[in-house]
Amino acid sequence: MIVVRELRKYFGEVKAVDGVSFEARDGEITGLLGPNGAGKTTTLRMLYSLLPPDSGEISIDGLDPTRDAMEIKRTLGVVPDGRGLYNRLTARENIRYYGDLHGLSKPEIDERIGELIETLDMEDFIDRRCEGFSHGQQVKVAIARAMVHRPQTVLLDEPSNGLDVMSTRALREFIRGLKRSGHSVVLSTHIMQEVAALCDRIVIIAKGKVAADGTGQELLERSGCESIEDAFVKLIGSEEGLLM
Amino acid sequence: MNLRGLITVLRKETTENIRDRRAIFNSLLLGPILFPLMFIGIVWFTTAAEQERIQATLEIPVVGAERAASLIRFLEQQGVVIKPAPEDPEATVRRQEEMVVIRIPEGFEDHWSKGEPAPVEVIADPSRQESQVTIRRVKHLVASYGHQIGMLRLQLRGVAPQLTSAILIRDVDLSTAKSRAILAMIFLPYVLMITAFTGGMHLALDTTAGEKERRSLEPLLINPVPRWQIMTGKLLTTMIFAMASLALTLVAFKLVLPLMPVGAFGVDLTISVDGLLKILFVISPVAILAASLLTVLAAFAKTYREAQSYSGLVIMIPLIPSLIFMTNPVRPETWMMSIPLFSQNMLIGEIVRGEAVPLLWYSLSFGSTLIIGLVLAVVAATLYNRPRLIFSGS
Repeated sequence: MIVVRELRKYFGEVKAVDGVSFEARDGEITGLLGPNGAGKTTTLRMLYSLLPPDSGEISIDGLDPTRDAMEIKRTLGVVPDGRGLYNRLTARENIRYYGDLHGLSKPEIDERIGELIETLDMEDFIDRRCEGFSHGQQVKVAIARAMVHRPQTVLLDEPSNGLDVMSTRALREFIRGLKRSGHSVVLSTHIMQEVAALCDRIVIIAKGKVAADGTGQELLERSGCESIEDAFVKLIGSEEGLLM
Repeated sequence: MNLRGLITVLRKETTENIRDRRAIFNSLLLGPILFPLMFIGIVWFTTAAEQERIQATLEIPVVGAERAASLIRFLEQQGVVIKPAPEDPEATVRRQEEMVVIRIPEGFEDHWSKGEPAPVEVIADPSRQESQVTIRRVKHLVASYGHQIGMLRLQLRGVAPQLTSAILIRDVDLSTAKSRAILAMIFLPYVLMITAFTGGMHLALDTTAGEKERRSLEPLLINPVPRWQIMTGKLLTTMIFAMASLALTLVAFKLVLPLMPVGAFGVDLTISVDGLLKILFVISPVAILAASLLTVLAAFAKTYREAQSYSGLVIMIPLIPSLIFMTNPVRPETWMMSIPLFSQNMLIGEIVRGEAVPLLWYSLSFGSTLIIGLVLAVVAATLYNRPRLIFSGS
């Protein structure tokens, strides 16, 4: 469960995040939708404690990223936009590295990698070096790496960037699986299809502020539009930087 | 303290970089193999060329040979081939067609018969390194003829020639075959200093700027490991590679030095294992200093390439004291041992000469360099506490 209240982060004159509030509940998928540069990534970075907020409050399962950074990192699984795999290591070594950094024992890591190979269908490339992996394979390894310590809260920044149709379907299935097993999932995206297809709650962010939030149905009603896509465009006030 | 994160990072960086051709080339090939081979090659080439010029038959054009028939005969007896005079001797030398031309000017015979010093001109350009051996040989031959005639003149006048040598200088040479080695090995501190920097350079850049460029730094820092442990793990890997590079370079020199062609001149170029270990000990804090300095610089860079352009300048740092020392040798004194890089240059020189080095010198040099290295290491370890440096470039 994530609770964000009046979050602000300025970089000099640029108001990257300017008073963002939302909640992300367990067993739900929350989508942060907004054009590129709206402040989604900055918001996520404050959630996973790499950026200190200028003001506002964050609580993740009762923990505050600025005070309990180490504890928060243990309960979070993060797939950042840049996948950042190590090309000279195999997929298995990449995942094991993060398991070791989380302080897991070798049998724990082995067991967990076994599970993840199955859920994410990585059998074919788990022992290959990541050099030359397809986008789909890279995302799978990045997800497995983020999930190795069984985090309760999962943050994904633009998870379907650069994926083909098949990989996108598999990714969505995986994210739904997380929801079913009671995780709190937050994903950021500028693709309207993605939130429409996946998210229980949608937080629309534009210019560092929350333009609207609620379920898909609520957003439709509030905007008075026929389709959810028209509703997004109307609520954000522009089509720029969004993808259908 | 739980150092598991640090050790995990250290292990991973080592595995990853051992698989990296660039790292292996920079750390384990460039220094240890290229430098010794390059040096040996240069020495072989110069000594071979010098030997050739010393033994080669002198072929010297002489202008006005008819004015000094007996000098010419003497030169011919000494094996010099006398060539006909060129049109314009100065231009011939300037065009490098001849290294040396001898000119017997007009009036030579007058001076000669009056018993005054008779001029002989040796036309050459000594700023051309390659002609120096020839110039020396020609001057030596002409001078020894002049000396011979001078002696004869004294004897004819009934004077004992010894009277002109009032003093006899005797050389009492205290240099040993071992200590003369430093003349041949003046390059060694210089090569080791550069290796301390180049050995870890690729790693320092790759584990910081490279990691940022590949966008793997951000996910890495989301792991529950204190940032200083992550950075220290990277720093230690860099130091290990730099030390390995230094050790291999020393071993390579030990193997290669006995093959040097200078052994015949009474120079002992062997370094004992004991000496090798001492050198490695002396230079090890430089590796720590270099790794930290490069890491600090690279952490500010957005990309590997940007970091590379900074480190090009850093590589100049170890050259400064080496060059000062090579061109302007000073007598080692205790206070100098507290100057990083400079002290290592002097200590390695002393070790190669086979001198006994005071323990105080070792400790001062090691301690002062280590302190600066550790201060830089602390700076490096805490750099990523600034979010600006994590995200720059993304």
